[in-house]
Amino acid sequence: MKYERKTFPGGTHIIDYKGFTNSLETVAAEAPARAYIPMSMHIGAPSRPLVEIGEEVKMGQKVAESQGFVSVPAHASVSGKVVAIHRMPIPNGRMVDTVVIENDFRDEWLTPPRALPKSDVEAMDGAAIQAKVLAAGVVGMGGATFPSHVKYVTPQDGKKVEIIILNGIECEPFLTADHRLMLEQPEKIIAGLKYLLRMMNCQRGVIAIEENKMDAFELMIKLTENEPQIETVVCMEKYPQGSEKQLINAITGREVPPGGLPIEVGVLVNNVATAAAIADAVEWERPLIDRIVTLNGNAIKKPMNFRVRIGTLYEDLIAQSGGVIGETVKIISGGPMMGFAVYSTAIPVMKGTSGILVFNEESHVLKRETEGPCVRCARCVDACPMRLEPTTLMKAAKKSDWARAKEYDITSCMECGSCSYVCPSLIPLVQYIRLAKQYVMSKDGNGAVNPFLM
Amino acid sequence: MENITKPLILSSSPHFHSRYTTEQAMKEVALACLPAAAAGIWFFGLQALFVMILCIAGALAAEYLCRRIMSKPVTLKDGSAIITGLLLALCLPPAVPLWIAFLGGAFAIIIGKQVFGGLGQNIFNPAHIGRALLVASFPVQMTTWSAARGMAVDATTMATPMALMKTGAMSQLPSLGQVIIGQVGGCIGETSVIAILLGGLFLIFRRHVDWRIPTAYLGTVLVLTTVFGTVKGYGMMYPVYQLSSGGLMLGAFFMATDWVTSPVTKKGRLVFGLGLGILTCLIRFFGGLAEGVCYSILLMNILTPMIDRYTKGRIYGGSGKEGKPA
Ligand code: SF4
Ligand code: SF4
Repeated sequence: MKYERKTFPGGTHIIDYKGFTNSLETVAAEAPARAYIPMSMHIGAPSRPLVEIGEEVKMGQKVAESQGFVSVPAHASVSGKVVAIHRMPIPNGRMVDTVVIENDFRDEWLTPPRALPKSDVEAMDGAAIQAKVLAAGVVGMGGATFPSHVKYVTPQDGKKVEIIILNGIECEPFLTADHRLMLEQPEKIIAGLKYLLRMMNCQRGVIAIEENKMDAFELMIKLTENEPQIETVVCMEKYPQGSEKQLINAITGREVPPGGLPIEVGVLVNNVATAAAIADAVEWERPLIDRIVTLNGNAIKKPMNFRVRIGTLYEDLIAQSGGVIGETVKIISGGPMMGFAVYSTAIPVMKGTSGILVFNEESHVLKRETEGPCVRCARCVDACPMRLEPTTLMKAAKKSDWARAKEYDITSCMECGSCSYVCPSLIPLVQYIRLAKQYVMSKDGNGAVNPFLM
Repeated sequence: MENITKPLILSSSPHFHSRYTTEQAMKEVALACLPAAAAGIWFFGLQALFVMILCIAGALAAEYLCRRIMSKPVTLKDGSAIITGLLLALCLPPAVPLWIAFLGGAFAIIIGKQVFGGLGQNIFNPAHIGRALLVASFPVQMTTWSAARGMAVDATTMATPMALMKTGAMSQLPSLGQVIIGQVGGCIGETSVIAILLGGLFLIFRRHVDWRIPTAYLGTVLVLTTVFGTVKGYGMMYPVYQLSSGGLMLGAFFMATDWVTSPVTKKGRLVFGLGLGILTCLIRFFGGLAEGVCYSILLMNILTPMIDRYTKGRIYGGSGKEGKPA
């Protein structure tokens, strides 16, 4: 069958390296001997520990309470005893208070997840669904980790959600976690979307999938055949197709104003994994305690898709996959375009961890040549999905010309990395732009960084 | 973990690169020049090859010396000096003395590029700077044309189609077929339309060149020459000859599209091409010269920063024309 491929202007083609893992069934990773539950797995205020050292906890028990509105609770991913609460690094390098639970390997649930009676689920209204989502600690699982329930507050000033988009694009190279989820648990994703629609009193849901995942697309098409409210669309394989703003543009033709939220154009975007977590929360009252993580990179002996308990250390996962080849020199949390390089392997998998990429010295990902002069080839301009002029921004940054940087809309840069990726002179454009952006934003307002731009 | 002995590399995203470098881009430009260069050698003999070699040698020598004198890293590796030398050779007359070719290559690099600070800093197309300086310094040698192989003319010096059109001698023009394959008098790499198109389309296909510049440039010339030809009564073929003669094709695909000296915005490239077309026609119709491509490009190069400034596009979500609703 022929389908219309949707896309946005700009962007660039990236070798996707997904072939290693996209056909590998998800494997349940062993539960860790110790689970490390960070108090800050989301954007917003950190949660507050509810347990004390020495306390016995059950699986699914709330170990941290949300503080404030833009915050979520966290739950124990194993049963056992709290042995420590201390600060430790999370993938983005920050130190965060973390509850450490020693696993008794009994996997005793506080309340074993059970399917709620169908009639109960049917009877739930938007507010009830929203409460369930908050209680389960669901956050955006595409990496932004924005607390899900916050997105769903009834929009003010008459703004209505007209379209809910489920993001199944997964445009970062190497990652296949969402792809596997769509193949293995498509019904859950669709159910999650239906709860979202009900919660937002919205009539139109769209599941967007990139064309390098046609198997998932065709499966979704089949499963949504009799769902009048849900439409499945295929998007062109292009980076960053999965970025919220670009996806909205590809599907609706609308553009979110600078600094604004999708709701301003009547759209809400959620990751497919988030939708599945929502279905778990609503139908089973199951908190978010595990997720799929892709383990890949040239140093990994056996690339895998793992279903991992939150709080499992990276090193445990790497060891389980069969270890590494050669000397490990770089580890990336997330994808190679927007992920974080981490400095230790003693870092826990969090709700937003979609992949762990391990590289040895042979990897070309690591090759770092010296930057050359800008040859004004405009490849960065053509690639920028925000239609900025990265070369101009970079030059303004180099000259500390903040006024110029602002004039050329530096704050609209979402640090997607497309410009650096294509630059034939190997100029680290994003690094320059990031610096200038921080400067412009700190001078601009109150010094706080707008989380919606991150 | 036992396999980590050194601290892990920490760098901020992105951690990935396309591997497409300036060096590789230059190789592709060189490849794209090959058909035109080969046509030049075929029609004008080994002398054309020697001109190319000496232009490149001059460019490389000048690049090397400049960088050494300024105690800056020597940048021969990026290949841009070779391209400059080669492009210069393509727009020189085949009979030009070899020492002039060498000098031209050196001029192009020193005055066209290194005085501005090297690659990426120059305002003018270096190859055209070289050519313009040679025309000013050696007017006779730079306008002495030799006949192309197989031409039914016994003279060794002969008028180019451009010069014939300038004087309105339309009846003496070579056949259209000759013009297309390049069997006419002219500069080494400028005569064969088909060879230039081959290379130019390759560059567009490889996204090295934006189609907007050649299209806007040639389109403008087509329109203006049609009007001018009609007014003057030169006949229907006049615009076709105008398009395929002189340095226009080479200029439109290889010179005007030079990365460094053309605008970076899409709209800007259209404006740039439009300006080039107008200037070229003005010079060709009313100027004292038969040819206007080189000077038009140099003139428009000056305007490039200004064009960029005034053609800044609407950013995603910016005010102006709204995206179409679903
Ligand atoms: S990182 Fe910023 S400037 Fe670069 S392409 Fe992405 S949005 Fe544009
Ligand atoms: S891609 Fe690199 S070399 Fe090309 S214009 Fe942008 S910054 Fe300059």
